[in-house]
Order: sequence, then C-alpha cells, then structure tokens
Amino acid sequence: MSVVYKKSPVLTDAPMHYCPGCGHGIIHKLVAETLVELDVVGKTIFVASVGCSALAYNYFKLDMVQSPHGRALAVATGVKRALPNHVVFTYQGDGDLAAIGTAETIHAAARGEKLSVVFVNNAIYGMTGGQMAPTTMPGQVTQTSPYGRSTETAGYPVRVCEMLATLDGVAYAERVAVDTVPHIRKAKAAIKKAFSNQLAGRGFSIVEVLSQCPTNWALPPLQAIEWLKENMIPYYPLGVFKDTAAEGGE
Amino acid sequence: MAERVLMKGNEALAEAAIQAGCRHFFGYPITPQTEINAYLSRRMPKIGGTYLQAESELAAVNMVMGAASAGVRAMTSSSSPGISLKTEGISYMIGSDLPCLIVNVQRCGPGLGGIRPSQADYNQATKAPGHGDSHILVFAPATVQEMVDIPFKAFDLAERYRMPAMILADGLLGQMMEPVVFTDESAKQNEKPWATTGHENKRPPNFVTSLYLDPAILEQKVTERFARYAEIEENEVMTEGSYLEDAELVVVAFGATARICRGAVNQARTMGMRVGLLRPVTLWPFPKKQLRQLAGTAKHVLTVEMNMGQMVNDVRLAVSGAAEVHFYGRAGGMVPTPQDVLAEMRRILGGEQA
Ligand SMILES: Cc1ncc(C[n+]2csc(CCOP(=O)(O)OP(=O)(O)O)c2C)c(N)n1
Ligand code: SF4
Repeated sequence: MSVVYKKSPVLTDAPMHYCPGCGHGIIHKLVAETLVELDVVGKTIFVASVGCSALAYNYFKLDMVQSPHGRALAVATGVKRALPNHVVFTYQGDGDLAAIGTAETIHAAARGEKLSVVFVNNAIYGMTGGQMAPTTMPGQVTQTSPYGRSTETAGYPVRVCEMLATLDGVAYAERVAVDTVPHIRKAKAAIKKAFSNQLAGRGFSIVEVLSQCPTNWALPPLQAIEWLKENMIPYYPLGVFKDTAAEGGE
Repeated sequence: MAERVLMKGNEALAEAAIQAGCRHFFGYPITPQTEINAYLSRRMPKIGGTYLQAESELAAVNMVMGAASAGVRAMTSSSSPGISLKTEGISYMIGSDLPCLIVNVQRCGPGLGGIRPSQADYNQATKAPGHGDSHILVFAPATVQEMVDIPFKAFDLAERYRMPAMILADGLLGQMMEPVVFTDESAKQNEKPWATTGHENKRPPNFVTSLYLDPAILEQKVTERFARYAEIEENEVMTEGSYLEDAELVVVAFGATARICRGAVNQARTMGMRVGLLRPVTLWPFPKKQLRQLAGTAKHVLTVEMNMGQMVNDVRLAVSGAAEVHFYGRAGGMVPTPQDVLAEMRRILGGEQA
C-alpha cells in the first residue's frame, strides 16, 4: 500500500493548541512541507514572534529563536548576518508585524535582508483575546472596538504587501489565503517561492496569508471562512505585488 | 612587545571589541558614543565583519539578540536615551541566557537631558537592566587602557555565565585620549552547544527562548540564573585600591569620577590626611565584602558620583552601619573637581585630623 498523505517529518507529535478552525495549523503545515521539499530542515532557523504562534517551537523540529513582540525581523536580521548561508524565516501575526514591529518590518525589507517572512493576517490580536489590530476591518467589532472599528478615530487597515512592494529591497510580495483548497495550494506555492528566493539570494520575500480566527471573530469555523471571503479578500486583494525574479530583475 | 598607541577612549574600545573576536556590531548614532559606530563602520567591512546601522536602538539590540543566538560575539553601543530603548532586548537576552556586549557611554538625563558626562545610569545598569528578576555584568573602566582590556573580559565572562555584559563608561572616558597597548592575546571563544545554528539533522533542535508559561519551570529557570549570579558575586568582583591599609576615610568612586578622586586623595595624603580610594571596576558584581571589611577599620566612607546618589545606596548596604557613609555628587553634566572632593574630605575629617 502506498502512502498518499502523511504528516510532515518536521512537525512534532505535540497536540497543537490552536483553536478548531484556526488558520495557523494549516499555515504551519505548508511551511513544514516546504522545508522538507527544499531539503533545508537541518540548516533552517525559525524566528518566532509573539502572538498565538509563540508556542510554535513545540510543533517544529527546527532550531528556533523566540523574539520579543514585533522584533522578529530584527532578530532574524541578526541571525542571518551571523549565518548567511542558512535559511532564516520569521512567522508573524498582524499585530506583531504591522503594529509594534512596523519599523523593523519596513527596514528589514528596505535593506533587502535575505529572509523569508510568513505573515499571518487574521485582522485581530488573537493571543491576547481579540483586540483591534492594525488590519482590523472598518466596522469590525473587537474587544477594543466594541462599536465596530471607527475609521474616524481608529483609522484604516494597513495593506502590508502593497506598502512593502514599493521598496526596492523587496524581491517578492504576495498575498494568499487559506479559506479554500485552491487558495491553500496557491499559498503553498507562494511560501515555497519565498524560501526558494532566499536560497537563490534574492532578497526580502514576504507572503501575507489571510487567515481565520474563529474564536475572536466569534464565529463557527465555517462561517469564519465565509467572513474572510466576504470581508477580507475584497479589502486585501490576493495576488502578487512584486516578484523581481519574474520580472527578470535579479 | 606590543607597541603603545595614542587612542580616543571610544575608538580604543571599538578596536578592542574586534580584537576580542567580535565581528557583528549593530548600532544607532547618539552622542557621545558615535565614534564607536564610526570606527566600526570603517573597520568591519575590511575584515569580513558586519557593521549595521539599525533603524533604532530597539532594532539594534534585537539584531544583537539574533546574532548572539547564532553563537557569534555580537555587540551594540549607545548612550543613555538609547539604552532605555535597549532594555527590552536586554531583558529578553537575560531571559534567554544569551551572551553579548552592550556599551553605554552615559550622558545625563532624564529624558533627552544633555550630552555632557554623567553616571546617572548606575541604577538602571545594576538594578533594573530590563524587566524581571535579573542582572547583567557591569564594568566601569576608568582609563583608556581599561576600555581596551575590559571588552575581552566582558565577552569571556558573558559567555561563561551566559548573560549580557555592559560596559558603563561616560562621555569623559569616551572622548579622552591616552596611550594604550593591545596585547595580542588571541581571543578564545567558549563552546556554545546551545546556539541555534541549524541542527543539520544531527542533534535535537535548540530553542533560544525566554518564554516559560509553566510557573514551576520558570521559577526553576530564574533560580538557576540566580545561582549563577551568586557564583559571579563570589568570584568575579574586580576593584582597584590605593592607600586603603590605614585609611580613616575611604573614598568610593568609579569610572571617570575615580580619576578625579585619585587626584584628591593623593593631594590629601601629602597633607597628612589618612584617606584611601576604592574603585569598583565591576559595578555588578559589587564589592560588598571588601567594603564591609574596610568599614571595620575606616570610620568614614565618602561616595563620589556624577549623579544624585546611586552607588552610595549599595555602599550603605555593604557597610551596613559599620562606618559613617557620606555622599558628594554633581548632576546634569557638571563634573566634580579634585578641590571639591578635597573640601568634602576636610569637612568630614575636620574635627579629627589636624
Ligand atoms: C511589548 C509587548 N506588548 C504587548 C504584548 C501582548 N501581546 C501578546 S500577543 C499580542 C498580539 C498578537 O496579535 P498578532 O500579532 O496579530 O498575532 P495572533 O495572536 O493574532 O496570531 C499582544 C498585544 C507583548 N507580549 N509584548
Ligand atoms: S485565538 Fe484565533 S489565531 Fe489564536 S489560535 Fe485561536 S483561532 Fe487561532
């Protein structure tokens, strides 16, 4: 009998703490598969952020550094400068990457650090129990925008890929989602590309993944998927915003 | 025999860090330590090292954390307002048991303060280098030669005890020029089996983390760290003393202030006053035992600092009532003169000595 599907050997047997229907589990799997397919597990350093994925070191058989909230890309810069021939990646939520870590994000991108970034945009602060994020949708109710995000007082969501695509140091920026099987396949291809770029020495590569947080959206998992489709994708269009390899601009 | 060269304090320290095996520097400009950045930005590219001007001190210290995780000798340098920003990274490195070197060429605060010399970050460095139960090694050089010698020592101890080390200098030392000798002691680095260098499928993964959600495990981690701290307090205290044997009054001062006090003490001795000088070279660990002993023979202890009285509290604790403790300090970038210190000594000993 042939094995048609098995768990990635990079993932541990620890039961994941993520809530049912959470996107983090799917994204972990895509990252794990990518590292095995590219055969880089032994030379990869995972730089974890602070958010629901802070416990990711329980799930990956990788060398890992746990950075302070928002500083993952500064920490990753330090690791990569010390180990230029290794594979270094960050895995960050929207609060981490686009609020408290905005400066670190923009400048790692502007310097063209040869890093891969998996950016999980779930429009909310998951770990701390559902407060407003910089990516929270206008009108979205959260613990700290109880009347819905007012653009008058809380401004507008940040479109990270579009913003970073303007920087010359960025080699690749793509937004994907994990709401449907075809989207998940695309997400996998994008993540693989971000890591391949690093192996080719191409520069900063970011994949923004629109992801469900059923718990803090207060929706059952299936409705959360619908909510993502109806609210997030129109505001955060999927697609490639920059790809210097495709443009032949290596 | 290594030759003597005339160097500015900041540049001497930067060159010493390189010779101590540091190839990764992450910084951000701020007066009065910018010469360290400038020097290393010239030198690092020539020797295959990394000089990176970060977007902030927050980013710089976290880059140090990344490089230190990967097992290399990494450092950053700043001055007071920048050190405040670095406290986040310092705390995480303490919690992750990472060695590194942080230089604080102090200026005066609070806030933006001024750019003149100060020692007002003593409490921050020795008491609360970041949040949480913690310490870092703190060295206070008083000569440009010590700006050369201490980086070797600091990296070595930081690695052996797995914790950040800080050189707490001040604007006077940073800018001062003196002849120095670089002994070409080849910097031996310590083994780092814990470093995150990629496991090559040959060993279990390494985790560099300060996150322990289980209180029992976290308590154990902190307790282990404090056992190391106790060992350091026992074995790594460094001081310099002069005229201590028969001193009735012991002056305690560190860094540039100790140089000023040395002048005052020398002068007082010619006047027949029985005064001595104790200069802590390590501020943490602090020379508690030595001070306690001195207080057995001396009647008075005078602490002189360029702040409103910070180290003096450690002196009081160490002396614990065995001698009378006095304080003289200047703030805001004002530097005490030997005459000021001499006047204090006369005031204290006034009735007792001719
Ligand atoms: C300096 C600091 N401020 C605040 C926090 C509290 N905190 C932990 S996670 C988090 C937000 C996480 O949200 P996000 O990055 O979107 O990740 P998610 O949990 O949604 O995956 C916050 C505010 C912290 N750990 N450190
Ligand atoms: S709170 Fe949200 S992001 Fe965090 S694990 Fe649960 S569903 Fe996932």
